[in-house]
Amino acid sequence: MAVRQTGMAGASRIKPRGPLEARLRRGREAAIHGLLLFCALVSILTTFGIIAVLLEETVGFFRDVSIWEYLTDTRWTPLFSPAHYGILPLLAGTLLVAAFAALFAIPIGLVTAIFLSEYAPSWLRSIVKPLLEVLAGIPTVVLGFFALTFISPQVIRPLTDAPVFNALAAAIAVGIMIIPLISSLSEDAMSAVPRSLREGAYALGATKFEVARRVVVPAALSGIAASFILAISRAVGETMIVVLAAGGTPNLTWNPLEAVQTMTAYIVQVSLGDTPQGSLEFRTIFAVGMTLFVMTLAMNVISQYLLHTFREVYE
Amino acid sequence: MTAAETTFRRRLLARRSAGIGFAVLCVVATLLAIAALAVLLIDVTSQGIGRVSWDFINSFPSRKPEEAGIKAALWGTIWMMGLTAVFAVPLGLGAAIYLEEYAGRNWFTRVVQVNIANLAGVPSIVYGLLGLALFVRALELQRSVLAGALTMALLVLPIIIIAAQEALRAVPSSIREAAYALGATRSQMVFRQVLPAALPGVLTGIILALSRAIGETAPLIMIGALLFVPFTPSGPFDRFTALPIQIFNWASRPQKEFQENAAAGIIVLLAVLLTMNAIAIILRNRFQSAHRG
Repeated sequence: MAVRQTGMAGASRIKPRGPLEARLRRGREAAIHGLLLFCALVSILTTFGIIAVLLEETVGFFRDVSIWEYLTDTRWTPLFSPAHYGILPLLAGTLLVAAFAALFAIPIGLVTAIFLSEYAPSWLRSIVKPLLEVLAGIPTVVLGFFALTFISPQVIRPLTDAPVFNALAAAIAVGIMIIPLISSLSEDAMSAVPRSLREGAYALGATKFEVARRVVVPAALSGIAASFILAISRAVGETMIVVLAAGGTPNLTWNPLEAVQTMTAYIVQVSLGDTPQGSLEFRTIFAVGMTLFVMTLAMNVISQYLLHTFREVYE
Repeated sequence: MTAAETTFRRRLLARRSAGIGFAVLCVVATLLAIAALAVLLIDVTSQGIGRVSWDFINSFPSRKPEEAGIKAALWGTIWMMGLTAVFAVPLGLGAAIYLEEYAGRNWFTRVVQVNIANLAGVPSIVYGLLGLALFVRALELQRSVLAGALTMALLVLPIIIIAAQEALRAVPSSIREAAYALGATRSQMVFRQVLPAALPGVLTGIILALSRAIGETAPLIMIGALLFVPFTPSGPFDRFTALPIQIFNWASRPQKEFQENAAAGIIVLLAVLLTMNAIAIILRNRFQSAHRG
């Protein structure tokens, strides 16, 4: 087709094809355009679907339970009587695991990113980066198994008197999960820092460490912060590790050596059981899911915003 | 030597030692991350390698751990991933082509783009809740392979779109201009020139997205993929189980024998994933060298 239309000979052959062919061609183009637009719209529909589904059941839930009780009651016992619907124990469990995961993963992830961006020779990068990608690709059910059969019995319990299921084992596994995320996104941010900034600092006599600490990291700070927030959001939404390793009882505590239940683990617990659909107990998972969705969305939006500002500065 | 010089020398020494100290810290942190991976692989292998055999791969689950296998789970995963690809690949590719080659730079495109970025960050269990309410109940697909595949397709869609967009963006605009100069329409330009040029990158993204879906467990628990399925699915409306679900089931039992089965299941799962990752890396390297050359 393309060949036929080139050159003078081609031009003379296009003319007699007439308006019908041109209309057909325009119609076909419009149809393809419409089809592709529909594909793009599916993602918008997905968002609407998520919000609609969560909202419908959550509204039903809050007809029976006051928002005040949901946010302030310190007991979460929807499956027993007397039933209490206070999200705080689940929220505390979630934040406890996420906080300790961040405490473990952020220093390692950031320093690894600095190493890859500033120190490592290219041959070493080409070995380390794929390994980190493999780590990022390990399914979370596998990390949960690792937390349960290795981190808890071999690392934590010999050193402390923690029970088999404890928040710390889950937090370390979640930390292992988010290290590659932090290191790869932070490294991207640092690689985007213009070379001239580094060279300026070297010209003033700075050492490599000083260039990294005083020039590269501050210049990439919004991207680095974005990676931290995204990683914490991932930790909050993580499910299988905490289901397998953190325990199954809602527990309002700040002690990482106790068993806790996270919001995600509660949702799994209910869906594994035989709670009748349409009941208030069943609706709780959508209310908890809504809480989780709002929390992670807020963090993702902040992260996107930070990432966006940093791109504007250096592109 | 003046006093100032002495001070300078002393400070320089301190600065250089701090630098060396930090370099050591860098290596230690990086090694720690890689050591975690190594320990995980060694732990799983040492627990499970004794159970990996043809019988294990070709047996149905059983109450006796030594007779149990992953046949139903493996076939469930294959069915589900096949169907997921059927839905997610055309939709994801179509959306990426729309955003990169058709859409104007206006508020609508920005909304779609921000929306996709946010969808990529939605926890997988929330997709499970969507699948449960939409596919299992509203569309009455029950707890079928199809419901699982549709849920997974929505989950991986943003990942596929983002990867495909990057691959399309990497195609030089001179190719587009050359196609237009020869009189090609927009769709001819996209499907005959740009897409073939971007194909290795697109395929890499698709493989990585699907390999993420293979390991996803939480959404499947939500839509009720069975924990005990002594049969392989024979159609998209059959009930099913999947490899990560089977691993989860075994891992959550206290008996050591079932833990070993879980480890053996993980070995099979990781073997599948590493193969897919290796294919993706090979494709990407070929892609990069083609572009440099």
